[in-house]
Amino acid sequence: MLLSLLAFGGLAAVIGIALGVAAVRFRVEGNPLVDQIDAILPQTQCGQCSYPGCRPYAEAIASGDADINQCPPGGEDGVIALAELLGRDAKPINPENGVAQEKPVVAFIDESWCIGCTLCIQACPVDAIVGANKLMHTVIAAECTGCKLCLPPCPVDCIELHEIPQTTKTWTWPEPTVTPVKAA
Amino acid sequence: MFGRKKAGFPGGVVLEGHKLYGQAGRTRAAPIPKELVYPLEQHIGQAARPVVAVGDLVQRGDVLARADGFVSAPIHASTSGTITAIEARPVPHTSHLAATCIVLTADGKDTTRGEPLWPIPSHPEKLTHEQLIGIVREAGIVGLGGAAFPSAVKLNPKDTARVDTLILNGAECEPYISCDGAAMIEDAEAIVRGAGLLKTLIKARQVLIGIEDQNTQALAQMQAACKAVGDRCVFVKTVATRYPQGGEKQLIQTLTGLEVPSEGLPIDIGIVVHNVGTAAAIWNAVTEGQPLTERIVTVTGSGVQHPANLRVRIGTPIRALIDACGGYRTQDGLRLLMGGPMMGVDLADDNLPVVKATNCILAGTRDDLAPPPDPMPCIRCGDCVEVCPASLLPQQLYWHARAHEFDKAQTLNLSDCIECGCCAEVCPSNIPLVQFYRFAKTEIRVADQERRKADQARARHEFRAERLEREKQAKEEARRRKREELAARQAAQKAADAAAPDAPADSADKAPSPAVQAALEKARQRLQAETAQNAPSGEGDDA
Repeated sequence: MLLSLLAFGGLAAVIGIALGVAAVRFRVEGNPLVDQIDAILPQTQCGQCSYPGCRPYAEAIASGDADINQCPPGGEDGVIALAELLGRDAKPINPENGVAQEKPVVAFIDESWCIGCTLCIQACPVDAIVGANKLMHTVIAAECTGCKLCLPPCPVDCIELHEIPQTTKTWTWPEPTVTPVKAA
Repeated sequence: MFGRKKAGFPGGVVLEGHKLYGQAGRTRAAPIPKELVYPLEQHIGQAARPVVAVGDLVQRGDVLARADGFVSAPIHASTSGTITAIEARPVPHTSHLAATCIVLTADGKDTTRGEPLWPIPSHPEKLTHEQLIGIVREAGIVGLGGAAFPSAVKLNPKDTARVDTLILNGAECEPYISCDGAAMIEDAEAIVRGAGLLKTLIKARQVLIGIEDQNTQALAQMQAACKAVGDRCVFVKTVATRYPQGGEKQLIQTLTGLEVPSEGLPIDIGIVVHNVGTAAAIWNAVTEGQPLTERIVTVTGSGVQHPANLRVRIGTPIRALIDACGGYRTQDGLRLLMGGPMMGVDLADDNLPVVKATNCILAGTRDDLAPPPDPMPCIRCGDCVEVCPASLLPQQLYWHARAHEFDKAQTLNLSDCIECGCCAEVCPSNIPLVQFYRFAKTEIRVADQERRKADQARARHEFRAERLEREKQAKEEARRRKREELAARQAAQKAADAAAPDAPADSADKAPSPAVQAALEKARQRLQAETAQNAPSGEGDDA
């Protein structure tokens, strides 16, 4: 009796210490779920989800404050991926957050109208606009996420969104028309 | 099953040849057209950058566009004339999209550039590896088998010690195409000498030239050329006529028994493969100083009057080639392809130019290219698995592609699919299998690009947030310092006030200069005088 008490007591102590050490030693910084959610989000940083960027929205989803259907740029595919990750049901994008953009777009500054006010530079979440005070600004097309945040601050409305034209490099094979599968 | 024993690679199908081998030795030069069009993107990699302007006069061999980056190739004028436009024109691509092209209007004189673009070596075999790569790059030579991969990149193995075998691909396995066959019969010596040169420079032990057994004339010519040149390390090898024998990985497996690892390159197993036409082009570039401005194109199919192999200047419109072969036999049910019936690119019309990758123009009627019957459900017969030369599971890949389960397709090595079309060829249900694989491949590529773009945007956004935070902290720091300074000054003043309570306030900080003191004194006196004067009148006003 005493032996078994000692044996199990000792075992419990050893395992307890091991778990305690592991908890300190292999402590995970931050919430890995937030990273997983953030990896699915399109990183447009547009704020349409009502959070100031993709990461804050990911944090809100992880903590249960936000629903998974608030990201229009992510589209239906994004919602499905989030639903799979979180074990929830997919649902259509919440229209209050906006509608998904059909084709990828890029901001374009009409340089003949630009007055060099730097307001769009301050609004750009990914630093994709270059320029200086009273000097013409321009968009680095490769870095632009098409978030539209530069449109409202422009005092002369010289920024428009252009669809990214398709080239032979970006062209994709269309999906073949699905073969008719007859019921067995 | 039985196929595995016959050929060196698994699977494959035997197809009817429809080749023009009987016409060997009769390759004619196609007439030079009035207008030639050069797409800037006619090789794998970065598009070339134009170095000519509209109105420039050029001669044959002049550089029109330079290579832009490592995997790229320059483009040269293939006749003399005037540059008349640099604009978007339709290009021979499956997308039927337009891309930037340089348009050259020929002057009909066809003069060639006087001096060569690079010095012609008296002893080509004494060139260094770097010099040869330089020439191949400057000459704009790309793989002439159809993929148009810049040849200089393939000759640039990081570690030449690892190159064991150079393989020349003369196994023209796709039906109808016979341009390599024509090259091997007419330019046999250039091919063998080019092979020898490449072998010396990349320090390969041997050269194997793979030729299909149906092309007896080319086999004979190449063997004779080998004897004439007398290089003991160049071997002509007969391979079975079996599609896709001419696939790079398949030919390697047949000739050496080695398999290129999944997602790997031939150089990983010490092998470099070039097309026979490419070897001839390299030899001509080295010995004649001329860049790649023409190639052999097969113009064939039951839609043309007189099918033939033609030596064509790059940039010639396809219509001109058809005309050189006696025009169309019929317009009924005509389908134009660039390449062969298995892997060819559908062309929208015949106004498109010949590019470096154009090995064949197939004007097919319903006799050659029957429209595929309506697809039926997959019956899981497994025929596609038997014929797959890459040993994949076409049926599984099809299901995954259809269900958009691209990650599962990837785990089944979709990227190793060479899109040869054997599976679709034998499919009893006529399912367009290759289209499904191509669709899945591009979807995977697009998703990959999007992910990379998202990662970049995330990094930039985080950096910006960090920068804003830093700026905010710097501002706060400055404000705090200012406040502290002010507080310190006030404290010092208070301390001074306490130490000398009689001293006037203004002298607490610093003693004013005498002039200021005098002025202050004067002002005080005047103020006193004014108040003394104003006092009685003020009273009077009130009364």
